[in-house]
Order: sequence, then C-alpha cells, then structure tokens
Amino acid sequence: MQRVVIIGGGVGGTLAANLLVRKLRREIDRHEAMVTVIDAKGEHVYQPGFMYIAMGGERAEKLVRPERSLLDRRVTLEVGTVSRIDEAASRVELADGRHIGYDQLVLASGSRIVPEEIEHFDAEAHHFYNPTAALRLREALDRFEGGRIVIGIAGMPYKCPPAPLEVAFLIDHELRERLLRDKSELHYCSPIGRAFTIESVSEMATPILAEKEIELHTFFNVESIDPARKVVGSLEGEELAYDLLILVPPHRGAQFLVDSGLATGAGWLPTDHHTLQVGGRPNVYALGDATDLPLSKAGSTAHFEAPVVAERIAATVQGREPDPKIANYTGRVMCFFEVGDGKGTLLRFDYDHPPQPPKPNRLWHLGKLVFNKTYWHTVPRGRV
Amino acid sequence: MLTLETPVTRTVDARSSYCPGPLMELIRAIREGSVGDVIVVLSSDNGSKSDIPKWIEKAGHRLIGVTPRDGYDEIVVEKRR
Repeated sequence: MQRVVIIGGGVGGTLAANLLVRKLRREIDRHEAMVTVIDAKGEHVYQPGFMYIAMGGERAEKLVRPERSLLDRRVTLEVGTVSRIDEAASRVELADGRHIGYDQLVLASGSRIVPEEIEHFDAEAHHFYNPTAALRLREALDRFEGGRIVIGIAGMPYKCPPAPLEVAFLIDHELRERLLRDKSELHYCSPIGRAFTIESVSEMATPILAEKEIELHTFFNVESIDPARKVVGSLEGEELAYDLLILVPPHRGAQFLVDSGLATGAGWLPTDHHTLQVGGRPNVYALGDATDLPLSKAGSTAHFEAPVVAERIAATVQGREPDPKIANYTGRVMCFFEVGDGKGTLLRFDYDHPPQPPKPNRLWHLGKLVFNKTYWHTVPRGRV
Repeated sequence: MLTLETPVTRTVDARSSYCPGPLMELIRAIREGSVGDVIVVLSSDNGSKSDIPKWIEKAGHRLIGVTPRDGYDEIVVEKRR
C-alpha cells in the first residue's frame, strides 16, 4: 500500500488529490494506494474573494464550502491540525494525538498572516486577508469622508502580489463615484524601487497610478505605526501621516514546518523550481504558498503546480518514469489584475517569460468576476 | 574591494533568488543586525545589482563596494543606523 498524504485543503492540495485519484484509480480500487488530505478545518476557502468583501459587495459565507464536497469520493479527508512531521518515522502528527503514516508527502499548507509582528497593526491598520478584516475595512471606507489613505506592504512575500495595487485603484474609483476624491489623498507605498516586483507590470501600473493621482512611494518597507501621531514609519526612515491605513500584513509559512526541521526562518519550504521536491527529498513535495519559489503566492501558482506533483507521485506509485511534458514545473502563473473603472488586465508568465499585460479593458475585469463565480466547479475538480 | 580591515559580520547568499529576493534578504539582515555591522550579499540577479545600491542610499546605510565575481556580484554594506 502506497500512502499519499497531502497536508492542506486549499487550491493546491485539493486539486493535487483529485488529479492523483484520477491517475491512481485502479491502484486505489485494488487497495494498493490511498490518498489522504489533512485539513485543519475541513473547509475550502476561496481567498481571492476576500478583497471583494471590502471592495465589491462579496459575502464571506459565499467564499467557503466543505472540503469534502470538492474532493473525489476516493480521497480520504482527515480534519485536524498538524503539529509535526516525524520524517524518521514517515508520519504526520496531529495536535489531537493521531498519527498518519505516509510514503509520499505533499505540503500544501499555505501561508498565514502575522500582523502581530508589527506593533499596533491590529488596532490601527486595515487589511483584506481574512473576511473579518475585509469587512472591517469595508465599514471604515463607508465611514470615510475624505482625508489621507495610505496603502502599504508590511512584509514580503505576501499573498496575491497585485492585490494592494488593485485596492488602490478600486478605492480611487469608489471615491470618485462618491464625490470624495477631491477631498482625499491616496498614497501607495512599495517596498522596492518601483510599483511592482515584475518590471513589465510595474511599467503598466506606474502610469495608471500617476493618471489617478495616487502618489507612489518607493523603498518604503513598513516598520512601525505610531497611533498617537497617526503616522506609519518605514525601515528607510520615512514617515507618512494617515487617516485610513491599509497594510498587507507580514506573512509566514506554517509553524509546524519550522518545528519539524523542513523549513527555516519565515517558514517557506526550500523547493526545487521544476520537480517541486523539498530539500532534495525524493518523496516530499511542496506547492502553493508554502514554497520558497520566486513566484506569486497565489492560487493560480498552486493550480499549475498540482499536475506536476500528481504526475510525479503517480509515476512513483506505478513504478514508471514521469511524463516529462507534465512533470516539470515551468513557473507558469496566470492571474487577473483589476485597475479600477470596471477594467482589468491579465498577467501570464513563467520562469523564463515575464508577463506582457494587455491594455486594460472591461473584458478582463468581467473575466475575473466570472472566474470567481465559477471557481468551485472548475479549478479544485481539475476541469481547467 | 573587501579587505582584511573590513570584518564581515554576516554573509547573505541570495544567489538562487530573483529580484526582489536579494534586496529582501539584505533588508532582513539589516533589521536583525546592529549599527556598524558589515553585511555581504551574494546575488546573481541583474535587477538587484542596481536596486540594492539605490535602497542602501535611501535607507541611509553605506555601500562599501560591489565586486563582480564568477557569475554573481558581491555587494558589501555597512549598517549605519
């Protein structure tokens, strides 16, 4: 019996499980293989929807479905919190005392936000990285009647790199609709020397920031918040006053990965760019936000990584060579990018080809909305 | 460029990292270090070669030097504040 254990029921873990049972149906039916997903809550959350709670009337309950409903019936689902991986014993230990043995392990444990790493973050700063915070931001925007809005990034890497720029563009649009733009200043703080990490996207976004009169502050790595003076300070020594502060919180990988010796520092797994194996281990893979790959932490990345992991593991279980056309990740990522005014664009890239975003238009904005609505029937089930 | 009179406090090997990875690694080292520390960043990323010196200037630290090595650059920085 080959035991494949996948930790995490997000995009990557769910899709990898469903693709694996498609490839290993015969072995599973003969009890020669089994695929298990371990998820902390047994819920699948569509995280890209959080931003739309703040910016687009989305409701939190529409963004969650039972993980079981998205998994093929041949996949075993275990609900529990992973506390440690015992590599010597090839088993996953859960906080409730259960042990789950593995022969092949997939780490799809995502990323987590740690706003507490910046003093006063929770009291002073808004964000949109969970439904509660996104709703609180929505309420703050509803109360906003003009003033200085500062949007910044309090740690890299973070989930969905375009999101803070999208929020800046969407807030600009909303303030103009509400006739508040003349009474407002918008400031966008980038941790690096330009508006966005990828140069071609930065070249697209910078003129849009200028056109919308959103002031760009480069090399602004958020370090401190002074609630008495209502200023946010950067590591570089600058300060910006705010009336409404919106910050991407710092992110970390799962703590159990550090505790188990698989990851160090911030918790990102050392992952092979093409095989997705972790630290040279032949039977441990990572995908999605959990990796240290130089790519967007986004569902799309996990979506394109899952077939690689599924093919490699299926080949091992079946004692064959993996299909080289499927089994090597090329760094493929594809995501929509809102620019406000009902327009969007599309970022498509891989390790060797930076994105060439098309001129923003209504089609890509609508494409993003349609994708968000149809997600449940497509991505986790391996239909796209 | 780097002499024996410049004791290195920490070396950050960011050669497998792409922009802005090397800069973010340097920022982490600066955050964790003390004033006077000398940090060496090894980077094979072209964008970082220009971004890192710009960041050092803006952040008020001192660029001791950038030395091309075999397929990568050695960027030496002193934490000044």
